[in-house]
Amino acid sequence: MSDVKTIAEPVQEKLVFDRPKSLTKRGFTYCPGCGHGVIHRLVAELIDEFGVQDRAIGMASVGCSVFSYWFFDCDFISCAHGRAPATATGVKRAHPDAFVFSYQGDGDLASIGMAEIMHAANRGEQITVIFVNNAIYGMTGGQMAPTTLENMVTTTSPLGRDPILAGGPIRMVEILANLDGVAFAARGSSSSPRNILKAKAYMKKAFRSQIEKKGFGIVEILSNCNTNWRKTPQEANKFIDEEMVKAFPLGVYKDVFADKSKK
Amino acid sequence: MSESQRELMKGNHAMCLGAIRSGARAYYGYPITPQNEATEYMSFHMPKAGGSFIQAESEIAAINMVFGAAAAGVRAMTSSSSPGISLKQEGISYIAMAELPCVIANVVRCGPGLGNIAPHQGDYFQATRGGGHGDYRTITLAPASVQEMAQLTYKAFDLADEYRNPSLILSDGVIGQMMEPVDLATIPAKDAPKKDWAVGLGQDKRERNVHTTIYLEPEDMAQMHLKLIDKYDRIRREVQYYEEFRTEDADILIVSYGNSSRVARTAIRHLREEGKVKAGMLRTISLWPYPYRILNEIASNYKAILVLEMNWGQMVEDVRLAIGDKTPIHFAGKHGGLLFTPAEIEEFVCAIDKDPNNPKTAWTPIR
Ligand SMILES: Cc1ncc(C[n+]2csc(CCOP(=O)(O)OP(=O)(O)O)c2C)c(N)n1
Repeated sequence: MSDVKTIAEPVQEKLVFDRPKSLTKRGFTYCPGCGHGVIHRLVAELIDEFGVQDRAIGMASVGCSVFSYWFFDCDFISCAHGRAPATATGVKRAHPDAFVFSYQGDGDLASIGMAEIMHAANRGEQITVIFVNNAIYGMTGGQMAPTTLENMVTTTSPLGRDPILAGGPIRMVEILANLDGVAFAARGSSSSPRNILKAKAYMKKAFRSQIEKKGFGIVEILSNCNTNWRKTPQEANKFIDEEMVKAFPLGVYKDVFADKSKK
Repeated sequence: MSESQRELMKGNHAMCLGAIRSGARAYYGYPITPQNEATEYMSFHMPKAGGSFIQAESEIAAINMVFGAAAAGVRAMTSSSSPGISLKQEGISYIAMAELPCVIANVVRCGPGLGNIAPHQGDYFQATRGGGHGDYRTITLAPASVQEMAQLTYKAFDLADEYRNPSLILSDGVIGQMMEPVDLATIPAKDAPKKDWAVGLGQDKRERNVHTTIYLEPEDMAQMHLKLIDKYDRIRREVQYYEEFRTEDADILIVSYGNSSRVARTAIRHLREEGKVKAGMLRTISLWPYPYRILNEIASNYKAILVLEMNWGQMVEDVRLAIGDKTPIHFAGKHGGLLFTPAEIEEFVCAIDKDPNNPKTAWTPIR
């Protein structure tokens, strides 16, 4: 990449809001209004807050976030489509004291990578998974994903997703919460500042799960793909709040920290 | 230096011992016959050596775990047999592109499809031409004994690290399953080298390390290709392993590898004892890079060349590449997972000796 856009140094007298240390100076290349930027920032803020930047190792998946290593300032591996949890496993077993996370889309995690996510979770791998669900294959141009809503129009469900022929939206955190190896599983949303703060609180617990060696932690974050949804960012976020949450209820599905009876 | 310490072992076990002694500390595998002994051995011995073992959910997961462990600087290995190796190919392609060292062992069975669990040499093309998508190669070594299962696996890790490239062990069901003595003194336990390019801890004291395989700009990708090609050329010059057996005075040269070469050796001895034909053999040990140089050098010393493979002709193309029309090439294949017998090889050799240009057995790319 020749013309790399970078972020200017802040010029304010008194800093009230800065770029997390764990983000590089490179400007995001995501579509305007896309949730990836906000979610990247949350991950980076938490890496900073937990003080693990010197031992954070990220797994980029295949999807719009394939270049997430441009933006996170730590060691990174760009993994094969769907296989990030397996690659993360190899890394974590080699460096048990590292902070290992994967950042995956819904096509990557819930379709082609279904086996790897299920088994990494079931083994209770001490990794943190950030799962960005935009109900669509963003990078390849808006095809149907396993998370696509019923009747939702995509480029490969031009008449809307027909549940009789193509099944319904798959709810990953609900499924994963059933596995013993999972310490924390929750679903948040990036649709509003209020939801973003809540999502960050969830992510914090998924970080803690790993850092305190409780087990596998995953946070699914509903995010918009305004470009492929053919909506404005505002409409797209509204769509999350009004439609997506019906298929994907927000909340905590498993929390080792909350359940005192379980040790 | 040290005296020999011989121990009777199974091929698949010897391979794993060679790996552990070379400093491998990660093994990920999925059950498949005829290499189950490897995964079973590693499940006990890898953790005992302080390494990590996982019975992965699939061969795909296993190779991607190897990807992670290799990126983390650990000597990492996976093993499987033909159908499982096919599943690993996407991962091997990624690892080759990321220039990460690791060892992948294929204890070959008979294909295509589910085929059967009998030994075969049908995966030669897959092993020597990259195997997955894209323009890459993997260093491929073919053991012909249990001793070599240990020693070549040990060596494969060194080569992988030296060139930052995946190495392949191309074995088969016979070599994997049979028992023979291994001289443990040939594989002294050692520590793996440290890798400053690995992902890991202590990032505040160094530049960050990123392993990626995506270069969207063709100009950038071309740079990567040229870098890889340069490396492959270096490997081609530096790694050409073979063994010559009774080649000095031979009239007929057999070219073979692995399991087939063992039967050929017996046949050559017998033919000479009987005073029938003076045959010799070039046993190729590295299959990529193929030992083109030596073959080209010696080819014209023989009346004819007989290529023996348990398939319908794969390595024979490399022999032809090496020598062109210099010497007539004949091919004898074996199918279904059946083994060559010394008697049938002797028959081939005698026939070729009588009629070195017989078009019936001559192998030519032009049909
Ligand atoms: C083996 C393989 N199959 C298909 C692709 C093509 N591909 C690239 S990105 C992608 C979909 C990614 O969608 P998602 O995980 O939902 O992430 P998003 O782009 O929406 O962020 C696909 C199918 C690939 N790179 N590799």
